[in-house]
Amino acid sequence: MAETASGNRGLMLEEPLIFELDSPGQCGVDLPEPPPVIDRLGGLERPGPIGLPGLSEPTVVRHYTRLSQKNVGIDSLMYPLGSCTMKHNPRINEKLARLPGLADIHPFQPTSTVQGALELIDLTAHWLKTLTGMPAIAMSPAAGAHGEFCGLMTIRAALEDRGDKRLRVLVPESAHGTNPASAAACGFTVDPIPATARGRVDLAALKAKLGGDVAALMLTNPNTCGLFEDEILEIAEAIHQAGGYFYCDGANYNAIVGRVRVADLGVDVMHINLHKTFSTPHGGGGPGAGPTVLSAALAPFAPLPAVVHDDKGFRLVEHAGHSGAKPCGRLKGYHGQFGVFVRALAYMMSMGADGLRQASSDAVLSANYLLAELSSDLTPSFAGPCMHEALFDDRFLKGSGVTTLDFAKAMIDEGFHPMTMYFPLVVHGALLMEPTETESRDSLDRFIASLRSLAGRARSGDAALFKAAPVFTPRRRLDETAAARTPVLRWRR
Amino acid sequence: MSNTYFTTEHEWIDVDGDIGTVGITDHAQHALGDVVFVELPALGKRVAKATEAAVVESVKAASEVFSPVSGDIVAVNDAIVEQPGLVNEAAETTAWFFKLRLADPAELTGLMDRAAYDEFVKGLE
Amino acid sequence: MRYLPLTDSDRQAMLAAIGVAGIDDLFKDVPASARRQAPVDLPLHAGEMEVERRLTALAQKNLSAGCAPFFIGAGAYRHHLPAAVDALIQRGEFLTSYTPYQPEISQGTLQYLFEFQSQVALLTGMDVANASMYDAATATAEAAAMACRITKRTHVLLSGDLHPHYRSVTATALQYSGPEVEALAPDPLGTEDLIGRIGPDTACVVAQNPGFFGHLRDVTALAAACHAAGALLVVAVTEPVSLGLIKAPGQMDADIVVAEGQSIGNPMSFGGPGLGLFATRDKFVRQMPGRLVGQTVDEDGRRGWVLTLSTREQHIRREKATSNICTNSGLCALAFTIHLSLLGEEGFRRLARLNHAHAVLLAEKLGAVKGVRVLNRTFFNEFAITLPKPAADVAEALAGRGILGGVPASRFYPSYPELGEVLLLAATETTAEADMDALASALREVL
Repeated sequence: MAETASGNRGLMLEEPLIFELDSPGQCGVDLPEPPPVIDRLGGLERPGPIGLPGLSEPTVVRHYTRLSQKNVGIDSLMYPLGSCTMKHNPRINEKLARLPGLADIHPFQPTSTVQGALELIDLTAHWLKTLTGMPAIAMSPAAGAHGEFCGLMTIRAALEDRGDKRLRVLVPESAHGTNPASAAACGFTVDPIPATARGRVDLAALKAKLGGDVAALMLTNPNTCGLFEDEILEIAEAIHQAGGYFYCDGANYNAIVGRVRVADLGVDVMHINLHKTFSTPHGGGGPGAGPTVLSAALAPFAPLPAVVHDDKGFRLVEHAGHSGAKPCGRLKGYHGQFGVFVRALAYMMSMGADGLRQASSDAVLSANYLLAELSSDLTPSFAGPCMHEALFDDRFLKGSGVTTLDFAKAMIDEGFHPMTMYFPLVVHGALLMEPTETESRDSLDRFIASLRSLAGRARSGDAALFKAAPVFTPRRRLDETAAARTPVLRWRR
Repeated sequence: MSNTYFTTEHEWIDVDGDIGTVGITDHAQHALGDVVFVELPALGKRVAKATEAAVVESVKAASEVFSPVSGDIVAVNDAIVEQPGLVNEAAETTAWFFKLRLADPAELTGLMDRAAYDEFVKGLE
Repeated sequence: MRYLPLTDSDRQAMLAAIGVAGIDDLFKDVPASARRQAPVDLPLHAGEMEVERRLTALAQKNLSAGCAPFFIGAGAYRHHLPAAVDALIQRGEFLTSYTPYQPEISQGTLQYLFEFQSQVALLTGMDVANASMYDAATATAEAAAMACRITKRTHVLLSGDLHPHYRSVTATALQYSGPEVEALAPDPLGTEDLIGRIGPDTACVVAQNPGFFGHLRDVTALAAACHAAGALLVVAVTEPVSLGLIKAPGQMDADIVVAEGQSIGNPMSFGGPGLGLFATRDKFVRQMPGRLVGQTVDEDGRRGWVLTLSTREQHIRREKATSNICTNSGLCALAFTIHLSLLGEEGFRRLARLNHAHAVLLAEKLGAVKGVRVLNRTFFNEFAITLPKPAADVAEALAGRGILGGVPASRFYPSYPELGEVLLLAATETTAEADMDALASALREVL
């Protein structure tokens, strides 16, 4: 391809770092001159320049607009990233989160001036408790992993309260890496349990590992292979009989919301990713929110704060010492991811009990449609039906010289965001596809056609195409080895 | 390398007198991919057999290097810290990780020889 | 339902292609006893107009900061947000993207995170910063855990002038993983002795500047004492705008700096989401939690960015990871970086001077009110006063007059009666002189 003088390729524009656009003295904000005062800094003035670049507003707007054009989101294309739930992000959620009465309020205003905010937290909690059938909820966790931490902390606190020294946590090999990391952060030891050939927890192996030192089982359900753990009631009973708690990782709750209440599955505690199931934007990697529902037995150990309601209105419990509660502490500053609650509540109200049920049905339907339509061209890892995501492995690429990674990069050139690759770890070269309920059938069919075509080209020996991919992107494959061997983590003049 | 022994964790140890030189096998470096980082033990540190003595990382994987036997660290190979890519080029020769003074040569029994290790690796595929 | 593109005929055709009779057949792995046949007991779907009506009604039950003379800080600050910030972060390519796992089509996110890391390193005076944490409270806990890993020690000493939420989050997070957390009594006068409490087991001292009660402190000597004892100094910053005017923690030899980034680019939003800033020295980077973006080149030799040093993280190291954190606060970091780019060197320094000048004016006006005593000799944009009656009652009485006039220290420390009459107040560039006068005259009425 011929190089242009500018380095740009039509609308694919090169963009320097903000620091390289520096026009010293320039400023994109007009601020008044401060009134003259005698300073109260006690001699602690900052010496020397900070080193921030100066730019006008048009330069800044163009810079970040151009950066956005090097990105893709759900707004741009199908983004079937398994276990991440890239569903449509409604804009009414964004609009409402920006209402001054919700965005421009301070966490430490007198509670008499934020009754609407406390009611909103309470109402969001009510929806989540009703959908899951669980009696209590901790609203403060900031993300899924933080919810896991919250759940395990309440378990640890409950065990300590009964004088129980259990420290072993069972985690399936197929679990997200956050599960063992969260368990370790709570001082637990992690004991992996294997999967069966059916992609589920090996119940016999699980039972063999149970004992008086097992604090909890952490289980994702539907699991990371996209399958429902059909022996879940037996699993729950076994862990309970052994005196341990059942932690359910709710990362895949979107497959069953409105159709199954987790309380009916024997779950003691589960976090809910509002940024997955309840449509709040992923924002390039956060912020999310991970409210955590709790059984009655674990409820007293929920972290602070709590919103309570009495005849004088809504109150915030910010300290230990109220009746019966033995909080495990505080997990986050202030009162949780309030702005994310606004968005999730707007979504839940929009969908309603009926719409949420239809959403999980459509998500499962779409994933099974991919599984059925791609079964003869790709190699499914397990027999269906699947839940909200379809798992394939790389057997269909065997002998082609094409890897899962190459296949994914070729999908980019076809105009799709790749599926999740190499996760879960329990199958070889995993390709985990989650279409979600917000793809049209036309979109699903175009995706299927492209994947069939790519699989055919891989089989016909066109490995070079895959190795070179992607080519129609702002950047081609990047040298991650060089980045890690000689880390350059910031701009320097 | 008749004095060379192998572990099921893909380390090798070459023994000369009471000094053992330890590295990771060619199979291990291949499985890791491009090595980007190596962390070596402190000189003089006492390591126990089959416990973590060093760390080797690629872009997508981190792996502990277990000492095949117990002993005191007498030398470390700073060259692979400076240039981790050497591990990919010469895992079983110049890209050794550390040398230790064997605490108990009897611990070598039970490790594999070259032929047994090659057979072991074949069984993994 | 406007978010669901499948039609009933699509659904029928897809079920036929799958080879099942109905949707229930796809849920056959769910135990029959747990399958619900009807929707749960919650309202049915609603249109945009209706949802907007319901949530607007809730919003109207709150007194928003823009509708009242407003003086609350204590870790969350009200600043003016340039309109361009919010317009840019709502571009769908930013808003609706995931973590940048496919760098070829995520250069936008990766480049702004690289710029963000660079800006945070410059502001804090440190070598390197990560791509952000949930908030400063959780970042403080992560910093303490990191210091324990680096020093292989277990004593964590928390200043009494550290934000009470950062204190309790750190104590909670570390309570079962080994370290012993010692939190000193609240320090409203800024006179505590930290150096004398450093012991041979001390992994780190966590101080805050400006302090929770507003005092400024030069921590250079504290850093030297920590280093002499083999411990690290962690410095927390609740108000990053202060770094435009006062000495950065890195310029006072801190080893780890954590800060709350909300002030720059993000609304208060009742305290969440926040933006945890986390910076350290190059030599500690492999013990750092959280995501990092690094520079590299693509196959054509063009400069680009990737996530790097990922082997520290949970998806690779699992239970041996430096943290269980998976996400960051990406969109809040974007807002931060855009706002800071708009301000630039000149604007950021002027913003800091404006904040300080308004706070000095406020302190002068309140100091002239009979019964009010300003506790601080030094401060940036917030300070503490004592009152002749319980501060909680005064704050309520002011709220009754439509003034959000500070936060009583008793809200954080109910078991310290000596703090019952202490009120914390903040001023920013948004605080008008007329609002200060309104507060002063209301105080004269209330006291």
